[in-house]
Amino acid sequence: MRVWHGESELPEVDLVGLPGGFAYGDYLRCGAIAARAPVMAAVVRFAAAGGRVLGICNGFQVLCETGLLPGALLANEGGRFVSRWLDVEVVGPPTDFTGGLPHGASLHLPVAHHDGNYVADDETLDRLEAEGRIVFRYRRNPNGSARDIAGIINDQGNVLGLMPHPERAVGMELGSADGAQVFRSLMEALG
Amino acid sequence: MSEVDASVAAEHGLAVDEYEEILRILGRTPNLIELGIFSVMWSEHCSYKSSKAHLQRLPTRAPWVVCGPGENAGVVDIGDDLVAVFKMESHNHPSFIEPYQGAATGVGGILRDVFTMGARPVALLNALRFGEPQHPKTRHLITGVVAGIGGYGNCIGVPTVGGEVDFHRSFNGNILVNAMCVGTAKRDAIFYAAAAGIGNPVVYVGAKTGRDGIHGATMASAEFSEDAEAKRPTVQVGDPFKEKLLLEACLELMAEDAIVAIQDMGAAGLTSSSFEMASRGGTGVELDLDRVPRRERGMTPYEIMLSESQERMLLVLRKGAEDEAARVFQRWDLDVAVIGEVTDTGRMVVCADGAVVADVPIAPVAGASPVYERPVAESPPPVPVTSDLIRAPIGHGAALEKLIACPDLASRRWIFEQYDSTVMGDTLATSGADAALVRVHGTNRVLALTTDCTPRYVQADARAGTALVVAEAWRNLSATGARPLAITDCLNFGNPERPQIMGQIAASIDGMAEACTVLEFPVVSGNVSLYNETDGRAIQPTPAVGGLGVIDDASQCTTLAFDRAGLDLILVGECFGWLGASLYLREVCGSEDGPPPPLDLGQERRNGDFVRAQIGRGRVRACHDLSDGGLLVAATEMALASGLGMQLRAPRGAVAEPGWWFGEEPSRYLLAVAPEEKPALLASARRAGVVARRVGSTGGEAMVIAGADEVGLGRLRDLYEGWLPSYMDG
Repeated sequence: MRVWHGESELPEVDLVGLPGGFAYGDYLRCGAIAARAPVMAAVVRFAAAGGRVLGICNGFQVLCETGLLPGALLANEGGRFVSRWLDVEVVGPPTDFTGGLPHGASLHLPVAHHDGNYVADDETLDRLEAEGRIVFRYRRNPNGSARDIAGIINDQGNVLGLMPHPERAVGMELGSADGAQVFRSLMEALG
Repeated sequence: MSEVDASVAAEHGLAVDEYEEILRILGRTPNLIELGIFSVMWSEHCSYKSSKAHLQRLPTRAPWVVCGPGENAGVVDIGDDLVAVFKMESHNHPSFIEPYQGAATGVGGILRDVFTMGARPVALLNALRFGEPQHPKTRHLITGVVAGIGGYGNCIGVPTVGGEVDFHRSFNGNILVNAMCVGTAKRDAIFYAAAAGIGNPVVYVGAKTGRDGIHGATMASAEFSEDAEAKRPTVQVGDPFKEKLLLEACLELMAEDAIVAIQDMGAAGLTSSSFEMASRGGTGVELDLDRVPRRERGMTPYEIMLSESQERMLLVLRKGAEDEAARVFQRWDLDVAVIGEVTDTGRMVVCADGAVVADVPIAPVAGASPVYERPVAESPPPVPVTSDLIRAPIGHGAALEKLIACPDLASRRWIFEQYDSTVMGDTLATSGADAALVRVHGTNRVLALTTDCTPRYVQADARAGTALVVAEAWRNLSATGARPLAITDCLNFGNPERPQIMGQIAASIDGMAEACTVLEFPVVSGNVSLYNETDGRAIQPTPAVGGLGVIDDASQCTTLAFDRAGLDLILVGECFGWLGASLYLREVCGSEDGPPPPLDLGQERRNGDFVRAQIGRGRVRACHDLSDGGLLVAATEMALASGLGMQLRAPRGAVAEPGWWFGEEPSRYLLAVAPEEKPALLASARRAGVVARRVGSTGGEAMVIAGADEVGLGRLRDLYEGWLPSYMDG
C-alpha cells in the first residue's frame, strides 16, 4: 500500500516503510525536504504510538532529519556516490527487525548512496553503543560512517534506519538472499 | 525584428543553397523565427542530411521487430506480450563543454525517448570515449561525465548496469558520451508520436521553458574549435527529479484513454517536437506561445521555439481529455498548458501576442529536408602486419601484466561504483560481465544488454571494423546465453564534408548492414553524431552499438565467473594469432598498424548459436567472449571475477606465440565446463561445425602459462584494480 506524500493521515497499517531514493530530488540536504512533507507528521505520530517504522537509505536520512532517529548522514568520505555489495554485521541484542538473526551474523547487501556517512556527537554514539542500539555495522566501512555504523534503532525499538538495501537482496539470482531475513524477522514480530 | 538575408542564414549554419531552398519553399523571405526553425530542423543533428542516403541500407526488420527507426525509440517483442523499447544517443559536444550537465542531460534525454513510448525505463548503459590519460583535460572530463551520469540515473532511480570506456588521443578535444536506455512495456500499450484528430488539443507538460540550450542542435552540427568554452551557455541543465515526476505522470496518464500522440522535447525543443508530430501525422499545428509556461521574463518567440530546456513533453490529447490530463500532471506538480491544436492545414502557424509570428509548411521542413550525397573518398588501406613475424619484446607474463593494467582494459570499478546498478531490484549481472542482465520485473525473463565499439578496428578498416563491432555485440549477448534480438546504434564520426570522413561513414554503414543481415540482428533505433572534430582533427570513427537480447528463463544464463577448481577450459573458435590492430601490438609493441582481424560472419553465427545452446542445456559453468587482448586477457578476466587461477597450455599445432595468447580474431569464447560435461560438449561442437578444444583448467592462485610464465592472481588484481583509482587520484 502506497501513501501519497501530501496525505496527512496514514491508513491502518502494521509497518511504515520509508524506501530509498532521492525524495524531492534531495537538492537540499538529503531527506530535509521529505522530513517536512505532510505525511511525515503522521509517521511521527504513528511511531510515537509504537508503530514500527523501517527507513532504508534515503528513508534512514529522512528519519534522522525528522528526529525519529538521532544523528545525521553526511556526504560519503571521498565525496563520491558508492554503489557496491558489502558485508554488514548484525550486532546488539535482537530487535523486531533482526529477531531471526544471531548476533554477529553477516549479511551480504548492496549499498548505493552519496550521503551515508553517519555522524553524531560522542555522547550520542556512546549511548547508542551502551544501549545496544547499533544494529548493523559495516565490516569494511564504505563511507566514513562513525564507528562503522550501517543502521541504528530508536530507544523504543520500533524505528530502524539503515543505509544498505535488504530489499535488493532477496534472491540468490540477485547476488544474495540475506536481505529477506530482515523481512522474515519483521513478519514474525508483527505476527 | 532584424532583416533576414543570406548572411544571417549563414550565421545560423545554413548553406547558401539551403537558404535559397527556404526562399523557394516560402515564396518570400523568412523572418528570424522562421529562419531559426529551418536552421534547427535542417541541422545535421535533426535532419541526418549527410547520413540519410546511407542509413537506408541498414536492415531494420525481423519478425520480432515491432517498431524500427523513425520513432522515438526502437521496439522489439521479447515474448509474453511484452516488448523492450530502447535507443542510444550521443551527447558529445555538451559533455566536452560542461561534462556534468552534458552527460546528465544526455541520460535525461534518452530516458525521455523511452518513456515517451509508454515504456518504463529499466536500465541505462553508456559508451564513453576519452582522450589519452596524460592529456590535461581527461581527468576532469572523466570526473564530470561519470558524476553527471550517476547524478541523473541514480536520482531518477533507473539502474546504470553497463557500458564501456576507452581512451585514445584522437578524443583529446572531442570526447564521446553515448547513453543508452532500455524500457519494457506491454506490447499493446506502446505510444507513438504521430499527431492526429483535427481540433485535438496540443498540450505542453513538464518543466518551464528557459533560455538554456538555444541552438544546441546547431552546435552539435558544427566542428569544435578551441573557443568551445564560449559555447557553455548552449548546454542545458538537468533536473532528474522533475524527470521522475514527468515519467510517473506520463505513465499514469497513458493508462487512461487520453493521449493520441506524445513526443519529448529534446534537441531543438518545441520546434522539432511539434514539427515531427505533425509531419508523422500529416497534419498541421497551430501554437500560441503566450500559453507556454516560462521560467524567465521577456522571452522572445524565437527563444521559446528554440529553447532546449529539459524535462518537457508535447502531447496531442483526445479532445475532452484536457481536464483529466491537467489533474494528473498537477498532482505531480508539473506545469501543464494547452498551447495549441491540431489543424488540417499542413502548416505550422505560431502566434505570439495575438499575431502570427511564423507560418511555414510542415512537410518541406520536417520530411523533405535536404539530403546530401556528399563525395566519398576511400581511406588508404592499413599497413599490413604479419603476425608470425612479430617477436614478443617481453615475456607473456609481463605482457599480460601490462595489458591488464592498460587504460583500455583496467577495471572500471572507480566508475561503475558511482552508478546505482541495483535499484529496482532486478539486476542479475552488471559491469564486468559480457552483457548486463536485467530481469523483466515480475517475470522469469531476462534482458541481456551490451554496448560495443572498437574504434581502432574501424579506423584501420571502416567496413570490416564495423562488422566486427556488430559481431562483438552479438557475441557478448550470446556469451550470457541470450538470444540476440536487435541493436541501436550511435554513429560518431568527424566532418562529413571531408570526403575521407564521408567514406568512413559509408563503409561503416556497409559493414554494419552486412553483419546485421547475416546475424539477423536488425537496427531498430539510433542516432548519428557528425562533426566530431577539433581544429580539423577527427576522432577515431566510432559506430557504437547497443545490443539487446533475451533469455527466456533466468536459470539458463551464465556469467564469466566460475565457481570451482577442476573445471576444463574449452576455447570455442578458430585461432590464427591475428595481431594486426590489436591491443597487444599497441600497448606492448608500440604500433597501431595492421588491418583488423578477418571475420567470417557465418562462422560467428555457428559459434554463437553453439555456445548459446550449450548454456541452455546447462553444460557451461562460465563463459566469456574473447576480444581486446585475446585469450590470455579473457582468461584472466574470468579468473579475477572468480577469485581462482588457471593453468593454460597452448595445444599442439597452435599458431605461433604470442599470437596464440594475444591474437584478437573474433567469433571466440572461453568456456568453463565440468569434466563430465566435456565429452558431450565437444561432440556437439563437432556436429555443429564448430572448433572447440581444451586449453586448460581452473584452480590455484595464479595464471600459469605452460612453458612460459606464472603470474599470481593477487598481483594481477592489484594491477587490474589499481590503474584507474591511482590515475584519478593523481
